[in-house]
Amino acid sequence: MNLTMTKALNAGLRRALGADPKVLLAGEDIGKLGGVFRVTEGLQAEFGPDRVVDSPLAEAGIVGTAVGLAMRGYRPVVEIQFDGFVYPAFDQIVSQVSRIRFRSGGQFGVPLVVRIPYGGGIGAIEHHSESPEAYFAHTPGLKVVTCSNPLDAYWMIQQAIADDDPVIFFEPKRRYHEKGEVDTDAADAPMSLYQARVVKPGTDATLIAYGPMVRTCVEAAIAADKEGRNLEVVDLRSLSPLDDATILASVRRTGRAIVVHEAVGTLGMGAEIAARIQAECFFELQAPVLRVTGYDLPYPPSRTEDGYLPDLDRVLDAVDRSLAY
Amino acid sequence: MTEAADSIDFVQLLDQAGRRVEHPTFAYAGTDADIAARLRDMILARRIDSEATALQRKGELGLWPPMLGQEAAQIGSARASRMPDELIPSYREHGVAWCAGIDPIDLLSTFRGTSMTYWPSRPKNFHLYSFVIGSQTLHAVGMAMGMQRDGLVGNEDPDANGAAVVYFGDGATSQGDVNEAFIFAASYAAPVVFFCQNNQYAISEPIALQSRIPLYRRAAGFGFPGVRVDGNDVLAVEAVTAWALDHARAGKGPVLVEAYTYRMGAHTTSDDPTKYRRAEEEAEWRAKDPIERVKTYLLNAGAIDQAWLDGVAAESEALAERLRAGCVELPEPKLEDSWRQVYANTPDLLEKQRTDYLAYEASFEVN
Repeated sequence: MNLTMTKALNAGLRRALGADPKVLLAGEDIGKLGGVFRVTEGLQAEFGPDRVVDSPLAEAGIVGTAVGLAMRGYRPVVEIQFDGFVYPAFDQIVSQVSRIRFRSGGQFGVPLVVRIPYGGGIGAIEHHSESPEAYFAHTPGLKVVTCSNPLDAYWMIQQAIADDDPVIFFEPKRRYHEKGEVDTDAADAPMSLYQARVVKPGTDATLIAYGPMVRTCVEAAIAADKEGRNLEVVDLRSLSPLDDATILASVRRTGRAIVVHEAVGTLGMGAEIAARIQAECFFELQAPVLRVTGYDLPYPPSRTEDGYLPDLDRVLDAVDRSLAY
Repeated sequence: MTEAADSIDFVQLLDQAGRRVEHPTFAYAGTDADIAARLRDMILARRIDSEATALQRKGELGLWPPMLGQEAAQIGSARASRMPDELIPSYREHGVAWCAGIDPIDLLSTFRGTSMTYWPSRPKNFHLYSFVIGSQTLHAVGMAMGMQRDGLVGNEDPDANGAAVVYFGDGATSQGDVNEAFIFAASYAAPVVFFCQNNQYAISEPIALQSRIPLYRRAAGFGFPGVRVDGNDVLAVEAVTAWALDHARAGKGPVLVEAYTYRMGAHTTSDDPTKYRRAEEEAEWRAKDPIERVKTYLLNAGAIDQAWLDGVAAESEALAERLRAGCVELPEPKLEDSWRQVYANTPDLLEKQRTDYLAYEASFEVN
């Protein structure tokens, strides 16, 4: 089927709800309205208000009660309506969700999923375009993943729900309406949730991206091909844990790495990835690892976001700099 | 009303047919000329709102949260305040902004994406629109605590006193921040009027999901008075808010005012209310329109005539025209300005990013 990312997520959630009676969804406006992005459209009508729950307007409450449900054997999938509204729930996620397993001496964890539409490029007002993934990837006990296309969205949401540990699931809202082929009848996911994927093989440099920037990097790689530069693009998919093997193997082949993300550069995913690459591939590197990221600014007014967000030109500019070494 | 935890249900001073109503406790202190001034405010605020909605439909704004239906709640409460009161809005307080003297074109800049909340016409006592639900209620309590320390509360001369009025919706009352704000304000007897516009919906979620008791009665549990007022009755809103402000300014502590109203429009221009509410319900509330009842009253009282209404209509069309022109003329923001708005003293890293950004942009310029 040719599905948008929102429809693919919807199909994945429907399949998870159908497969396991312990799965339940909660969040603001997710029931009757089907979510502000319509990701949960029709699910309350199909599975009932006990399994697709409209929550009071309180993010800390949504996540905190999900912890209790998870402790009773449920598998809650909660929606935070927009990236910038996750912070009221930050305490619950960082201080509780992430460490229940550790606090119980490894006896039990809280298998819940926190879905967060994230990222910019949609002309939104303040607090609706943020990329807060590094805060969560910085927190031991959490897994952090993000999909870049409908097929991954369909499988990754189901895999996240099946995981026995908490997963922060970032959905790139600027890619919500892009379509892709999804075989919803296939029995199993094509790959592990925590595996990165080489989206486009190449030999001259590796572009490492995730979520909304994967498409940007693929477009940059296609443009570079015309100039005789053969770029490899890696879609991380999982930000915590990172699939070091795939990243390092790629960089060993190409000798050059450029990490691309929308989030602020300082202490972002790029910093961690660059550190791992230089530690493991020091002698194979032909150039320093470069980063193309959002600037060290709060997300700016939407009329300036095109300048703020990494785009094809900024990626190719970094490729030029890398190849100049 | 001397008891701290009194609750007063549904104050109305002008019914939906435009007839004055007696209330045992509250009375409207103004004249018919004052009421006419409120009517003018409401008509103009509604026109600002409808024009902004139209501008979003034409693609000139990214988003607009319509205020339609909440004019009386906003105009009545804002007109009850005066300096040195602090006004702390949420994000739908276009009518309050109007009363505070803010140029509506400034409001548009935020929703057009040409500025964050940089509004040159903003007076210091009207604070930034707040988009994180309920967060501003704690800030209001802090401001009120400051006013206590600044000697603006409980003075013998009532004109020397001030209070903070904070706006939030029914949905916000579920947030931890709002409940903490209630606790802090009560603990310190801080001069705060918690002005909740219960417009019945938090996007799609009806009030019953947020509260199983009328919101104004929650105040009793926190130890301060709560009053529900007909939020579509500008006279009652102004009278109740004036009382609440006097209570707070005098040092008697916070008050919760629940303005019982209805969001006649969508949550924002991205929302489709037909998915979650019935047309019959909207029609019921349309009959309670905050503007029509005042018009009826003033016409019947002979305080205004058709010529007066025509005058205000002409004024509102001129205002709309000004908004249309002013919106597209809003200066385009420059990303390079952003780096110098993050800290009082811009750190070297940010200066370097700014310089690099400018050099990078310049590399595209064709000579």
